[in-house]
Amino acid sequence: MRGLVRRYGLALTAIFIGISAFWMLALVWLPYSIMVEQSFRHYLPFSQIGGPTDVYTMANYLSLFETSAMKDLLGFTIPITVYIFLTTIFYSIVVTALCAALAYPLAWYLAKRAPVQTVPMLIMLLIIPMFVSELLRTYAWFILLAFSGPLNVLMELVGLQKVRWIAGYNGVLVGMVYTYLLFMFFPIYNSLTSLDNNQVEAAQDLGAKWWTVHRLVAIPHAKAGISSGCTMVFMFAVGSILVPQLLGSPSSRWFTEVIIRTMFESQDWNAAAAYSFLLLLVCIVFVSLMMRVFRVHLSDIAK
Amino acid sequence: MGEGVDLSSVSIDFGNFRAVDNVSVEIKPGEFFSFLGPSGCGKTTILRMVSGFLDPTAGQISIGGRPMNGIGPNKRPTSLIFQNLALFPLMPVWENIAFGLRVRGIGKAERRKKAEELLRIVDLPDAGDKMVGQLSGGQKQRIAIARALAVEPKVMLLDEPLSALDLKLRQHMRAELRAIQERTSVTFIYITHDQGEALAMSDRVGVMSRGRLRQVDTPEMIYNAPADSFVASFVGENAVMDGAVEGYQGEFVRFKTVDGVFLGRPGPGVMPAAKSRLFIRPESIRIGGQPGANAVSTTITSVVFEGNVISIVGHTAGGSHITTQSTNTFGSARPQVGDQATFSFDPSEARVLISEDAAKVPAGGH
Repeated sequence: MRGLVRRYGLALTAIFIGISAFWMLALVWLPYSIMVEQSFRHYLPFSQIGGPTDVYTMANYLSLFETSAMKDLLGFTIPITVYIFLTTIFYSIVVTALCAALAYPLAWYLAKRAPVQTVPMLIMLLIIPMFVSELLRTYAWFILLAFSGPLNVLMELVGLQKVRWIAGYNGVLVGMVYTYLLFMFFPIYNSLTSLDNNQVEAAQDLGAKWWTVHRLVAIPHAKAGISSGCTMVFMFAVGSILVPQLLGSPSSRWFTEVIIRTMFESQDWNAAAAYSFLLLLVCIVFVSLMMRVFRVHLSDIAK
Repeated sequence: MGEGVDLSSVSIDFGNFRAVDNVSVEIKPGEFFSFLGPSGCGKTTILRMVSGFLDPTAGQISIGGRPMNGIGPNKRPTSLIFQNLALFPLMPVWENIAFGLRVRGIGKAERRKKAEELLRIVDLPDAGDKMVGQLSGGQKQRIAIARALAVEPKVMLLDEPLSALDLKLRQHMRAELRAIQERTSVTFIYITHDQGEALAMSDRVGVMSRGRLRQVDTPEMIYNAPADSFVASFVGENAVMDGAVEGYQGEFVRFKTVDGVFLGRPGPGVMPAAKSRLFIRPESIRIGGQPGANAVSTTITSVVFEGNVISIVGHTAGGSHITTQSTNTFGSARPQVGDQATFSFDPSEARVLISEDAAKVPAGGH
């Protein structure tokens, strides 16, 4: 603090701190505090807000367990909202794992194997599709994956059975992996470029086969990038709304769709706030899990 | 026990650039062999071909009599020590050393035992649980050696491993490396641009320039009987005089320069037609003597005190700079700048050698 003042003067320091404080307080803490506070209150007509019935309650959270509609999951019959909540987390993890499985080899190739002159070109090719808005790209997948769409036509041409892609979670998985792949790719790519080639060669020279080189040298080196990519993709996937709405089917609801319905169709902002807060908690748990699993610090993930 | 390494007519091209050109050398089992040359001469490329990271464009590399074509670096009986050591920063020291054992599927307890054993060999018995980042430069050096030894290689390949150390440590590690080599009797192939290192440690030295092996010999012979101008000027200091071979006189040749005719011992390929130069080591030049009998008059242009020796440079009438060294004995008189002095040398200590561009011809150019 004193260092900042000495370096930039009192006025500039005040501006820096003021802007940061405004960001943190007004744009992060304030809305979240309001949301959390709202989530513990009943959904009441305007005239009763502040009245004797406006008390703190767990009812919004408990509404998750409402038993009017049930669904089977792994042999248990559970309320449908809980089912959606759990499948959303599960498929977000699947999306994250798929992204990591695809992005790592790609990042390895671009960081270590591709001829240096071609790398900027290849990275441009990866980025160019991102110039198109997410909405249009998702619609494009809607067309590609349609039952009479190009993908099935192609499969018929090579003699394969047509597949109903937009059924269950297939379309959602494809769409999300496509949309979020780069958020996994870039952190891994960045961490792999800093890996000394001599370390790879040293491992090979000591007798390591290629997968051992990855398991013992390259992946441990890239773990900060992998965990940061996993965190981002998971948070985007859990909070995604566009892809599940366009590429989902009636049998594949996403938890964000439940929140939107509660908010705009039921107009029950209090319950929606409770559900949103749950989603936030899931993300926090996931980040801490990542830090545990990869033994990295928050500063590594935030890189 | 080490194994021999045979390079026979090995060449490698990178695009149009021939990085290693027709190199043949037989490195004996248990030998300490150095490739010495300036940067870019192709010595590291040779090392990478022996370790299996590069395939020669032409020629054959054999280790222990077995051809190495198509055998990957993880299957060769070699261990490479990298210039930057390439230790694994995320593993503790003992796991670094035991890495080669781990990838061979050896159990943890045995790996640890072997690592401790090697730590004693490199004289760092308590470093096992430290992280690489906590070690000093010299300690890292030893860990890299231990890691390379752990896989019991037949041939150790060292790529200028001492270049990052300070002078004192470098000299200490020279002796250490040589001692480890003698103890393990593994064949060492050492890459360096530092002639001091090459001469001090090696059984034999191969001097390289521009992809070619100029001379392979013992350190003494490399220094005392360089094969051509490149070897003479790259290894050690010389006074150099330009001129031409005039004729033979017994075992010597008469070499005519603008400062007169001198006698010198001819190197390989020297004949009146070939372009050649006269090389004399500073320690072979005495102050005094009679002009005419391998002596030349000079004007002293610099006298530099270097501690154990005093370097004296004389300028001849013909424009050559000739350096001599006299031992610093307390109270001895030394010449002053501007003095006239006669420098003389023994014909057997002066060498007439073909110059570098001429040296290409008898070796068979492109």
